Amino acid sequence: MTKAKRKRLIYNIVTFAVVIGAYIIMQTMIANGSITRALKGQLIPICCWIVMAVSLNLVIGISGELSLGHAGFMSVGAFTGAVVSGYLLHALGMENEGLRLFISVTAGGITAGIAGVIIGVPVLRLRGDYLAIVTLAFGEIIRNIVNVTYIGVNGSDLIFSFLNKNAPEGTRMLVDGASGAVKVGKISTFTAGFILVMITLVVVLNLVNSRSGRAIKAIRDNRIAAESMGVPVTKYKMMAFVTAAVLAGMAGAIYGLNSSTVVPGQFTFNQSINVLVFVVLGGLGNVLGSVISATLLTVLPEVLRAFADYRMLVYAVVLILVMIFTNNPAIRALTDRMLAPVKRLFTGGKEEAA
Amino acid sequence: MIFLDKLITGISLGSIYAIIALGYTMVYGIAKMLNFAHGDVIMMGAYIAFCTLQYLNLPPVMALIVAMAACTVMGVVIEGLAYRPLRQAASLAVLITAIGMSYLLQNLALMIWGANPKSFPGTMISIPTLSLFGGQLKITGATLVTILANVVIMVGLTLFTSRAKTGKAMRCVSEDRGAASLMGINVNRTISITFAIGSALAAVAGILLCSSYPTLQPTTGSMPGIKAFTAAVFGGIGSIPGAMLGGLLLGIIEIFGKAYISTELGDAIVFAVLIVVLLVRPSGLLGKPVREKV
Repeated sequence: MTKAKRKRLIYNIVTFAVVIGAYIIMQTMIANGSITRALKGQLIPICCWIVMAVSLNLVIGISGELSLGHAGFMSVGAFTGAVVSGYLLHALGMENEGLRLFISVTAGGITAGIAGVIIGVPVLRLRGDYLAIVTLAFGEIIRNIVNVTYIGVNGSDLIFSFLNKNAPEGTRMLVDGASGAVKVGKISTFTAGFILVMITLVVVLNLVNSRSGRAIKAIRDNRIAAESMGVPVTKYKMMAFVTAAVLAGMAGAIYGLNSSTVVPGQFTFNQSINVLVFVVLGGLGNVLGSVISATLLTVLPEVLRAFADYRMLVYAVVLILVMIFTNNPAIRALTDRMLAPVKRLFTGGKEEAA
Repeated sequence: MIFLDKLITGISLGSIYAIIALGYTMVYGIAKMLNFAHGDVIMMGAYIAFCTLQYLNLPPVMALIVAMAACTVMGVVIEGLAYRPLRQAASLAVLITAIGMSYLLQNLALMIWGANPKSFPGTMISIPTLSLFGGQLKITGATLVTILANVVIMVGLTLFTSRAKTGKAMRCVSEDRGAASLMGINVNRTISITFAIGSALAAVAGILLCSSYPTLQPTTGSMPGIKAFTAAVFGGIGSIPGAMLGGLLLGIIEIFGKAYISTELGDAIVFAVLIVVLLVRPSGLLGKPVREKV
């Protein structure tokens, strides 16, 4: 086994161990009741944000494309999940919650994946900031379209109307335009969220370390060089983009089915930015980093609740300071020098820690 | 007549977008960064003007001057404290810092002025409504001033960047920062000046925006900010005439889309047009295509 391979294996094992360990600790805490209610309510959202962050990291960190519309895919997944779940319950009378959740989440992933293909074809032709603005635009378009979509069930029929609500008497609305999906039914479970996180980790880590992953990273590092080596650029960019979209859609379905109402306004540009912050603070291309930062930054506002009005202010200041401290060459050199003895302790003075 | 009315409304909204887009495009051209906090500087400018009018009872001209001065200082301070240390850093790091700055400004405004929307006083622009064609076509004073301000700013900026020494220096820095500094141009000062001009324009845009759409709250700046950013990209980011063209087109498309297609889908139409334009012309309407060197 080469050194690089061993390092990668250790990294993957640590990543899985952290997630599984956290899950076991949480389950024990739930079992003996030592968990606070606030934290318990956060468990499923945390899982969703982890999946969002890891999948966005695939696009930004691994594939090197700045996407600002990731929440759009989450929105597609959330509303598909709500519609499918509602249809299964009200039209087909499926009571089994686990099965319903499974089908809804799968459907959410599929529709988000389709949206990913539709968006990816034009978007991935563009570069850099232009790609960023177009993904942003698509995110807003998705939100606008959901805002004027009306879907309901009447008996066993699915009633669909667009722009103007047009539903016969006695229709049970599943998605009601700007008021979103109401009475969705909370069927998401922490275990389902955990399984989705595990699936995401397996998919992303395997993809990153596979032949395709190497091709994706080659395109990120130098598109022209990769292209001249015969790497099909569009295919691999699409692979990363659509995989991320599918995962985001599944996260969206679980997120949507965890609350009683989902409105399109929940998945705005700001939400995409939040996920972007998770990714950047966790480290570009660093999957474990995304997991940790998504968890911490979802819990942090709750912890800071004591500061109430000041918490977002503190968050903003911390964000700016972290960025300056980790990216300014002068400050970075200083901290590196201060941390050097600590690093030497860990590596036994033989090598510089990566 | 409805068509003409909508066209004028569109040009007025487009003028506001164009003025905001100028701030984005100048900063992008010179510092190669997306200044996400720009939309929030607009909001701050509007709040400051609101305060000078409402609490200090100063005349509108003073409100404009105070808001512009305050925003200029704010822009320079933001650049110096948050962006300058990251001059050499990856663009994503700067982007996140700008986003952090945007959160900071929004929450500062929330703390100072509260979440309740304030109604921007109509006394800011007290020009009577112009009535044409026997009252069939009404143009409000705010609309007139907005369009006029846009023309003045555009002409002024074009002259400034083509004639004035500082303006030429700005163009040099945006072309090639290294070469500019070798020619004796103070790059840091030039970037500061760009931020100062952009932020002063943001104050003007904030006042004009709130004169036409008088609800003022901490999030007032974010959506117009995103739209104006879109306008800057639409016209070719980095190009001053591009920002003007992009802003105007975007405003007209938005108003027409809302009037003739669907009110709810207005934003979606704007963004869809942007996508189509970028697919045909990947660097915007007036942007220079970047040649790739291997």
